[in-house]
Amino acid sequence: MSLAVPTALEKEIDDRITHYPVSKRSAVLPVLHLLQHQFGHITEEAIEWTAAKLELEPIKVLEVVTFYPGFRQEAPGKYHIRVCRTLSCAMAGSYELMDSLCEKTGIDRSGVTHHHPIAVSPDGKYSIEFAECLASCGFGPVCMVNDDFHEKVSDADSLLSQYSK
Amino acid sequence: MSGISYKSGREPHPKEHRVVFRNVDREGWDTSLATYLGEGGYEQWKKALQLPRQEIIDAVKQSGLRGRGGAGFPCGVKWGFIPPTNTKPVYLICNADESEPGTFKDRYILHQDPHQLLEGMAISCFAVGANLAYIYIREEFPEAAVIVEKAIAEAHEKGLLGKNILGSGFDLDIFVHRGAGAYICGEETGLIESLEGKRPYPRIKPPYFPAAMGLYLCPTIVNNVETLCHVKHILEIGAEAWAKTGTPNNTGTRILCVSGDVQKPGYFEVEVGKVTLGEVINEMCGGLKPGRSLKAVIPGGSSAKVLRAGDVYSVGRGDDARELTLWDIPMDFDTLAACGSMAGSGGVIVIDDSRPISWVLNNINGFYAHESCGQCTPCREGTLWMKKITDRLVAGQASPSDIDTLYGVAKNIDGRTICAFGEACAWPTESFIEKFRDELTSDTRPELEGAIVNSETLTAAAGL
Ligand SMILES: Cc1cc2nc3c(=O)[nH]c(=O)nc-3n(C[C@H](O)[C@H](O)[C@H](O)COP(=O)(O)O)c2cc1C
Ligand code: SF4
Ligand code: FES
Repeated sequence: MSLAVPTALEKEIDDRITHYPVSKRSAVLPVLHLLQHQFGHITEEAIEWTAAKLELEPIKVLEVVTFYPGFRQEAPGKYHIRVCRTLSCAMAGSYELMDSLCEKTGIDRSGVTHHHPIAVSPDGKYSIEFAECLASCGFGPVCMVNDDFHEKVSDADSLLSQYSK
Repeated sequence: MSGISYKSGREPHPKEHRVVFRNVDREGWDTSLATYLGEGGYEQWKKALQLPRQEIIDAVKQSGLRGRGGAGFPCGVKWGFIPPTNTKPVYLICNADESEPGTFKDRYILHQDPHQLLEGMAISCFAVGANLAYIYIREEFPEAAVIVEKAIAEAHEKGLLGKNILGSGFDLDIFVHRGAGAYICGEETGLIESLEGKRPYPRIKPPYFPAAMGLYLCPTIVNNVETLCHVKHILEIGAEAWAKTGTPNNTGTRILCVSGDVQKPGYFEVEVGKVTLGEVINEMCGGLKPGRSLKAVIPGGSSAKVLRAGDVYSVGRGDDARELTLWDIPMDFDTLAACGSMAGSGGVIVIDDSRPISWVLNNINGFYAHESCGQCTPCREGTLWMKKITDRLVAGQASPSDIDTLYGVAKNIDGRTICAFGEACAWPTESFIEKFRDELTSDTRPELEGAIVNSETLTAAAGL
């Protein structure tokens, strides 16, 4: 099965590739970012599509996908939450925030491992994972919801209420 | 800074000296090219295009500018490492990976003053002879990537980037490259591998010093965001005047990012070496929290060795020999190194007496265990071991000899790896044990010596 990439997206991808005049392979990360943005996660078809596009063996794309925490091979929820767990945020209460977010969204993190870091709520609306330092350590606890950034998140309810639809 | 006002509640502290952060949180400031041009923006770029390249490199050398990304290496000296006989293309990469725990400065330049960075980069590219440059922005800064790309497009439109810039015959393209959530992409050779579309496995040095053999095996200059911004100011005010700020061998200003147990954490641009750690904590950050006392400070990002409150540090030699308490340490590269730590990335993490040291170290070890790239056995295995041992410590399942084992693991990583991540991950453990052995030992249980620990209780206790 091949990936159905909309024409506009393919044009955007082709345009990105021109940013790497020396080596097309350099475009692996940007292509994967655009595909993940479109499809939510990176499927096997997306890996094959990227490989064909950049004239690489699929393993060259797969090894990139499996290395970087920023690429997901599992579908996230509609709203994907990343909570910073590193020192300054932990001091500001990020572990408590994680517990409270899980409780409020019904997410069970007991099956989470290094290779499967994401847990999804039963209704598929939210998913969550811990992230390492998000570079706003003075204003923790810090988290991201999809591409939105949030600082000093002390209360799970008011965060989730912004993503209730 | 006459005539400039800042957003209410975000005014710089009186002890700050804002150069690179001049426009951060500024009233009426935005990221448009028009706003930047209205303040003399790109004038230094125009000037640079008329100068001999060597003159710019010499100015950067004379200024004494040291890298703000972590190692504090002199910027002009690094630029000089491009082989004089080189015939290959030269590349420049701006390191905007900002991932060292405790560091949050580059994000404000990307978000609030992208043209300042582009101008600094353009001048630097011209000086080192690069016609293609990338800004490597960490994946977790999606908004920054959009803002910087918009700034690049505007600069192109005005002919400040692109082909034959302002009729000079010099071509320059700058592109944004986004990372994908891996700390090791901040290490410059890992970054280069990542930019080549591969796993970011750091390269072994020698031979892969980027200035000689970097991106696509061509000479490549990698500099931090803050470093590149300074280049513009060095040109603007002159190397000599620029070097008058700061202290000898520690010239200029730098941004300190303070987090942890202080009343008002934040970012502060100060003259290097002109403020002490005590002034930073007590004056700039409003002091410790009520009723708390200071336990420790990590002065330069989580990889920097910890400083213990109450210790006395002997610094300087001969006539200059002095004894300093933690409060008196001037925040500069050389003094922090003399105190056995480093200025690193400028990320100051303050730890008060409410924090168990085992918990702090365990959190840090979790970071390195997650971020090791896995190429070198001591680092790949050792980071996990260090995390597992401190997991046990936090869970009250460690025996006294575990502290020695932990120390031994760290010592066996340090100096035995491909990249400096090895030191970065070992130094916290080494220094925490050297300074807080008693407290760590008090968290162990002698009766567990030789016992087999149930890993399920452990995982539960560590909150995993
Ligand atoms: C593990 C590791 C992580 C690093 N992360 C960063 C980073 O996030 N940002 C950065 O500018 N430099 C980082 N560095 C330092 C870079 O390798 C490089 O020295 C720096 O970008 C050079 O720029 P400068 O000379 O302007 O400081 C890191 C180094 C190591 C060993
Ligand atoms: S020291 Fe660690 S991070 Fe650096 S190359 Fe070796 S395994 Fe990778
Ligand atoms: S520790 Fe959370 S943003 Fe740095």
